[in-house]
Amino acid sequence: MTAATLAGFIGSALVGLGLYGLITDPQPIRKILGFNLIGSGVFLLFGIVARKGAAAGFAADPVPQAMVITGIVVAFSASALAIALVLRLYEVAGRVSLRSEHTSNKAEK
Amino acid sequence: MSILQILDIGLAGLVLAVAAWTVFARDAFAAVVGFVAYGLLLSLVWVRLFAVDVALTEAAIGSGVTGVLLIGAAGRLRKVEASRDDELPGASLRLFAAALCIFVTLVLAGVVLSLPDPGPTLAPEAARHLAETGLGNPITAVLLSYRSFDTMLEKVVLVLAVVGVWSLAADQYWGGAAGNPRGAEPDGTRALLAQVLPPLGILIGIHMVWVGADEPGGAFQGGAILAAMWMITMMAGLTEMPSIRSRLLRLVLVAGPAVFVAVGVAGVAFASGVFAYPTGFAKPLILFIEAFMTLSIAVTLPVLVAGPPKRLRQQ
Repeated sequence: MTAATLAGFIGSALVGLGLYGLITDPQPIRKILGFNLIGSGVFLLFGIVARKGAAAGFAADPVPQAMVITGIVVAFSASALAIALVLRLYEVAGRVSLRSEHTSNKAEK
Repeated sequence: MSILQILDIGLAGLVLAVAAWTVFARDAFAAVVGFVAYGLLLSLVWVRLFAVDVALTEAAIGSGVTGVLLIGAAGRLRKVEASRDDELPGASLRLFAAALCIFVTLVLAGVVLSLPDPGPTLAPEAARHLAETGLGNPITAVLLSYRSFDTMLEKVVLVLAVVGVWSLAADQYWGGAAGNPRGAEPDGTRALLAQVLPPLGILIGIHMVWVGADEPGGAFQGGAILAAMWMITMMAGLTEMPSIRSRLLRLVLVAGPAVFVAVGVAGVAFASGVFAYPTGFAKPLILFIEAFMTLSIAVTLPVLVAGPPKRLRQQ
């Protein structure tokens, strides 16, 4: 197994882990973490596409790499806006949770 | 099995373990600290993929600046954090989510295994025209020449994020400044760090932008280091965030995308079209754009980390 394939498996597992956190965790900040895990997993998948496109004396195809660099910066912008929204929610509401009021949970039983 | 392969597998295990920690840790603050470590480990994976430019960006922005942002937010929310266990959805829903996520992972792993090797590539295209750009780093060539429109739009996204964050200010603080005022936290250790690090950091940041034309590096990575230097001095209370009304601040925030658009549109008159460079002038123009982009990035990142204005500045 090459380092590229292994990195591809890491990327696949990261998408799964991040998705799980995004779905199950009620805390917005943890959802932002999950979103970032999914993002970096997808970036790694781009990474192996770049690595498998090694040609013309380059160790990896520069085009997907450049797209990942742009993606990292855009993901940061989205995270910054999301965190500002969460902190504002906390200032206004005094609590932060995205737990649905209708789901059954231990606290209310 | 060679030593390198053993190290690769160890690194993979470590990345996944720390990633799992950020998902399953009980304390949000602990999860965020795990995320910073995760980003640094991930940049090692990028080095193993021979993508040093990406590794630098991941370490600086994906882990570093995002980390500062998340740690600040998690610290503020820590006191109101409800017990997460009471809020987690029921076991059946969690089981269903886990099954779904494992399915997604397996499908992606299957895709990874079925990728053609060697795969389709644009590397020869990128190499063929590299000499015309005058650059040695093909990634910088993609970012600032072949696909410069994408990079320009990404700079606009950063400005939009700033507009979004500022617009969340409480009414009474509009026109004020974010973060702590100067001298708010007289802290000997941090102040010392803020005086020792920036001279070196600024040098390294500018160096990274300059060599980015030919070697790994560039405006993003260098700009992030410059941003970190400003953030350190603000954390030590030696400098402060200017008011969001400051004309200079606003000018610097939009300088990067504005210069980029101006040079791009000038391509209609002086070159073959929009976002084209005149023959022979590609490299100086790219460095010109990168200089303003670096300045904008170095200011935009701390502004986004500082968040919306929270205080009115003393007149």
